[in-house]
Amino acid sequence: MLREYRGHQVTVNDEGFMTDATQWTPEIGEAIADEIGLMLTPEHWKVITFCREDAAREGQPPGVRRISKLSGVGTKELYALFPKGPGKLASRVAGLPKPHGCV
Amino acid sequence: MTTTTVDQPALPTESARRAPIEHLAIICSKGTLDMAYPGLILANAARMSGIDATLFFTFWGLDIVTKKTVDHLHVPTVGNPSMHIPTMVGGLPGMENLATTMMQKQLEKLDIPSVHELLEILSDSGAHLYACRMAMDMFKRTKEDLMPQVEDVISAMDFFEKAAGAQVLVI
Repeated sequence: MLREYRGHQVTVNDEGFMTDATQWTPEIGEAIADEIGLMLTPEHWKVITFCREDAAREGQPPGVRRISKLSGVGTKELYALFPKGPGKLASRVAGLPKPHGCV
Repeated sequence: MTTTTVDQPALPTESARRAPIEHLAIICSKGTLDMAYPGLILANAARMSGIDATLFFTFWGLDIVTKKTVDHLHVPTVGNPSMHIPTMVGGLPGMENLATTMMQKQLEKLDIPSVHELLEILSDSGAHLYACRMAMDMFKRTKEDLMPQVEDVISAMDFFEKAAGAQVLVI
């Protein structure tokens, strides 16, 4: 389905994940964060930027363990940044699909 | 409003109509490698989805959180039909070590964390880990024998208080 974020139309699935990562802009990321009640800090952006770069390299969004090992933001901090679940929400704000992995 | 849905919203899916799980409480009662993972992975998946997770380690499940045993959990080759080898063969010396090594290699290949690392991840993610007082007395273990991620040694009645509002799962 289509959804409009700050004047930009993007396609999302029924869970709210964007289906085309190329439509994403940082502004859209902020609007998605608004929608889920997050105020983005520079630490959030560190995670979001890592997720997008990693997904572009690997062809799939990173799981929480991968983010905590490679982004420089540890597990505890990730859960503080995304208290409603970093597993889904980091990807969702970054305009990526829901990760498949269990870790 | 910065966000608007511009076309017809899709009908809510079946899962969206049901009340989401908010708290998962898992009783881990087995201490083999193959029985340790399901509880720990499920708890971790819960935390990753923003679901509270409480774990209660009892009976043989205590081995999962005991310093001496956490890195030495085994895959049982006897009395385990899923091994698909005759019990007599599974009982031969070295078979259990072989099966355990094979499973550990496979887990490593898939980049699945060790039980030891999963305990650390769970604790950092805000999951709560408790050991069963009765089982501790039975196996003559003290809090010092347990991994530091275990918050407390509690009774079954205490556990149900910690598990308030949770879906309870026994493994």
